[in-house]
Amino acid sequence: MKRIVRNLLDHETEIIIGNLLRAGVIAAAAVVSSGGIVYLFRHGQAQMDYSVFHRQPEDLCDVSGIIKQTFAGRGRGLIQLGLLILIATPVARVVFSVFAFARQKDRLYVAATLIVLAILVYSLMGK
Amino acid sequence: MSILLFTAFIFIGSFGAGFLGSLTGLGGGIVIIPLLTVVFGVDIRYAIGASLVSVIATSSGAAAAYVKEGFSNIRIGMFLEIATTVGALVGAFLALRLSTPVIALIFGLVLIHSAYVSSRPRDESSGQVKPDKLATRLRMNGTYPARGGLVSYNVTSVPSGFGLMFVAGGISGLLGIGSGAVKVLAMDQAMRLPFKVSTATSNFMIGVTAAASAGIYLRQGYIDPGLTMPVMLGVLLGSSIGAKHLFNAETKKLRAIFGVVLFVLALEMIYTGLKGLL
Repeated sequence: MKRIVRNLLDHETEIIIGNLLRAGVIAAAAVVSSGGIVYLFRHGQAQMDYSVFHRQPEDLCDVSGIIKQTFAGRGRGLIQLGLLILIATPVARVVFSVFAFARQKDRLYVAATLIVLAILVYSLMGK
Repeated sequence: MSILLFTAFIFIGSFGAGFLGSLTGLGGGIVIIPLLTVVFGVDIRYAIGASLVSVIATSSGAAAAYVKEGFSNIRIGMFLEIATTVGALVGAFLALRLSTPVIALIFGLVLIHSAYVSSRPRDESSGQVKPDKLATRLRMNGTYPARGGLVSYNVTSVPSGFGLMFVAGGISGLLGIGSGAVKVLAMDQAMRLPFKVSTATSNFMIGVTAAASAGIYLRQGYIDPGLTMPVMLGVLLGSSIGAKHLFNAETKKLRAIFGVVLFVLALEMIYTGLKGLL
């Protein structure tokens, strides 16, 4: 009986996770596309060169800079915002999993999920 | 070339890479990087950043479908993600320190290995193992839907699966790919998961793994919006269409031709890598 309840909870969790992932990808693709239109409209006729590597300007490398660029109406900022949404999608899935395992009183997996979350936060925000 | 024209070419190329990547089960990332570097002459560091982002997009899109069907084992996925995310961080740090010829060389070798793995038939006898003590304690044994109802399966060799997943995460972080071939090795061969469960669970994990290294790449300025935009949109569109033709028998010939093309691209990357080193 306990196992059946757990399986049902698991399936409910699976459906929510599925919807969460799909919504994140669609939102990201929409924001990236609109940023792309702005960018191509303004810079489409310029020349490009990706054969030599230059790091991106700082404003396109972190959350606060990207938001600043987006509000300044920059296409490249908007594209990066969409990419941030995309990167945040699996992170949101992990956050949701922490709560789902907590609701099942599954301490072992709450701990495992928190470790993964800590690694992700370090990657995005750490020094 | 103007940005507009270049973006259009990259979009079409990425569409093709996503389509073929999902048809062959190789993944879009491993196809898009040689395309960008060998065909379009893009620096491999830009290519890795763009590919990593498109890997998150395709895996999240595909995982959404798999998870709903009940093939993914979320517990196994969560547990192994500890290994893949730590590996991904290590891989990304290595990528910042290794020279581009070395990265190209490693990429060529991984590409050949992946093409070889995906061309072999998968072992379908998995899942018929005795319950393992550690896997049972971790509540990893599960069920998946089949024609006659739910089929239950057991999991074994958790430590070696965990170790291989660390390697898979490292390769993913270093090269900007999903590294499905190593994940198959860990879950099919070591942990003996049924292949539908391992495919779905691996897909589920790729997004989180790639997000771990994507954060590092973004903050280090490797992710160029102008290039990543057509790559991400093209690969996403191509792979979602490719997934619909996955079990079409007519794709066999296409796969064979594609295998040859990939092999040539891999050799080219190894050659460039060696030339850069000498």
